[in-house]
Amino acid sequence: MRTPPGAGTPWRTRLFQVEERSAPYAYVAPFFLLFAAFGLFPLIYTAWISLHSYRLGSDMEWLGLDNYTWLLSNPEFYNALWKTFTIGVLSTVPQLALALGLAHLLNYRMRGRTFFRVSMIMPYATSVAAAALVFAQLFGRDAGAVNWLLGIVGVDAVDWRNGDWTAQVAISVIVIWRWTGYNALIYLAGMQSISQDLYEAAALDGASRWQQFRHVTLPGLRPTILFTIVVSTIGASQLFGEPLIFGGGKPDGGALGQYQTLGLFMYQQGWTYGSLGRAATVAWVTFLLIIVLVLVNTRLAKRRAPK
Amino acid sequence: MTVRKKTTAALATAVAGTLLLAACGGGGSAPAEGGPVELTVSLFGTFGYEELGLFDRYEAENPGITITYESTQGEDKYWPALQTRLASGSGVADIQGIEVARIADVVANQQDLWTDLRDTPAADSIANYVEWKEPAATTADGAVLGLGTDIGPMGICYRSDLLAQAGLPTDPAALSARLTSWDDYLALGREYQAAAPAGSAWMDSAGGFYNAIISTEQEIYYDAAGALVHETNPAVRSAFDTAAAAGQAGLIARLEQFVDPGWDAGFASGSFATIACPSWMIGYIKGKAGDAGAGLWNVTTLPGGAGGNWGGAYLGIPASSEHVEEAAKLAAWLTAPERQAEVFASAGNFPSTTGGIEMVADATDPWFNDAPIGQIFSTSTQNAPVQILGPEDGVIKSAMVQALLSVEANGVAPADAWNSALADVNNQVG
Repeated sequence: MRTPPGAGTPWRTRLFQVEERSAPYAYVAPFFLLFAAFGLFPLIYTAWISLHSYRLGSDMEWLGLDNYTWLLSNPEFYNALWKTFTIGVLSTVPQLALALGLAHLLNYRMRGRTFFRVSMIMPYATSVAAAALVFAQLFGRDAGAVNWLLGIVGVDAVDWRNGDWTAQVAISVIVIWRWTGYNALIYLAGMQSISQDLYEAAALDGASRWQQFRHVTLPGLRPTILFTIVVSTIGASQLFGEPLIFGGGKPDGGALGQYQTLGLFMYQQGWTYGSLGRAATVAWVTFLLIIVLVLVNTRLAKRRAPK
Repeated sequence: MTVRKKTTAALATAVAGTLLLAACGGGGSAPAEGGPVELTVSLFGTFGYEELGLFDRYEAENPGITITYESTQGEDKYWPALQTRLASGSGVADIQGIEVARIADVVANQQDLWTDLRDTPAADSIANYVEWKEPAATTADGAVLGLGTDIGPMGICYRSDLLAQAGLPTDPAALSARLTSWDDYLALGREYQAAAPAGSAWMDSAGGFYNAIISTEQEIYYDAAGALVHETNPAVRSAFDTAAAAGQAGLIARLEQFVDPGWDAGFASGSFATIACPSWMIGYIKGKAGDAGAGLWNVTTLPGGAGGNWGGAYLGIPASSEHVEEAAKLAAWLTAPERQAEVFASAGNFPSTTGGIEMVADATDPWFNDAPIGQIFSTSTQNAPVQILGPEDGVIKSAMVQALLSVEANGVAPADAWNSALADVNNQVG
């Protein structure tokens, strides 16, 4: 008996073919496995819990959609929804506008440019807790630095925490402080992908810097701006740490819930009252809202985009 | 097709594997008999044990025992975390603190999760306490789930210097003579406010004032049969209205207790002249006002010499503890009369054992102008009614306090605030 030379080849070829076809799946598998374990499973389990009455330390009891009825007929939920929206607008709009302006300035040649660029990221690297604590002190009624400054110009002390809009403004300032630099760096990266020739051509045509910004920078940045709007919207709908610490660690959001966001409302249900079923319901409704918001954002941005 | 099937199978195996691994993580092995034992103690706020070096002393007296201690500052953060651990069956300490507002919930709903201390070396300690302390931690079947650490008899703490500036009596006895009821306290507040130094209010917060009044009552949010009566109990409405009236009259500094950073600062800066003072507040005030505040503060009795109880805590041993025997010995040692007297001397937490109360009866506090705090708090304990506690006390109390803050800080009408507090409670509890 004699083995023909190259007898292994068909087997090897087949193995090679199998590997070629399955390798991509193997390479993407880790992400999807992790996503299934830490993303999909919690998502589905949260939905399951939201259909139950589930108190910490006790058994689940099937409720059907009762938690959703409870939530949608609860004035505190609508209050939290509205506050999330107003704080979201108060923080996102100035934040992105400031970031755009800063990025435009940093895009010019200037002394110490790298220093300024790096220092932009510093607030983002600070922990939420530390930032919120410091700002809560700054916005103190009796001994806060902000009221002290206002006092110099003759304005009466403001009770930041207890006022409705004042508390929201104070929280928005924390958010703006933390995220403006982060967004500015993203804009800066986007700006650097715009061809320098366009600016030179515009300058030759006699366009001012403001005109260059409007007619060259803004159109070129459109996809980047859309990205930051989507990310900021998601961030704003999940706002939690800043108002929690501003409120001294209590999730009430002030005596009238004047700064109780959806995140705080959820935390209060789950951890102050121990109603995990209701907290899960809030979580799911927030999730659905975020999806709707992102879709609306994308749709709006697409409609505005040039053909 | 095959590829998809295989991938699905692989995915399923991987997920199952992960779950198995996770399931195995929870267990632990029991230590050998008589070997060294590591006890864990998890508390909230200031119990005074670590501060007094009691854990070190116990380790020195009991070779082979090491104690790991951790504390969470806020009870409102401590408790949910503990509940999660109890529910998952892992990560709980051998000794856990239980605040008095939670004990009814523990007794009613969590009997299986805690050790019955009658079956442990701590059984002998159960008889040491003031009459109501242990019954509150005892289930319908007679299981005792917590050893009392301290109780919260009350007085009024006040800044003598501010009262003097406003022309009011500063001597505790003279002040107490002017205070025969809470209405007197308000009237004196109006007098203070008329002549007070700028930026200083008569008291700190409407919520604290409300808690002080309601803590002198026997029936609060539940009746003896265990039914919710927060809506109909005249004592609750009356305490609410009195506190709201003070808020409307501008007698209050509008600083939310334990939450507003300005409240902590106010002890030193004089934002408020008086504060309803459970014994454990004594240590808190000293800490916040610091050495510079020594001699400025003083203590007198509640209006009319009323007794009451606001706060206090228990030590419980979770059923999942692997060192029940040793933990029970430590808990009994920590809550013994001698230790309670020491803790009172350093942190102000008032003894919950009759023996401990006898030991501190003559205690005075130099920081508080040598106020006879032992005698003030002992009398308050003797005059205190046996409170009826219920599982949702905490929810209702926080709704009331929040509504009162809206009266003092946001100008909400008291009647509207009352209705919104009721709506909150019924929405949550009902």
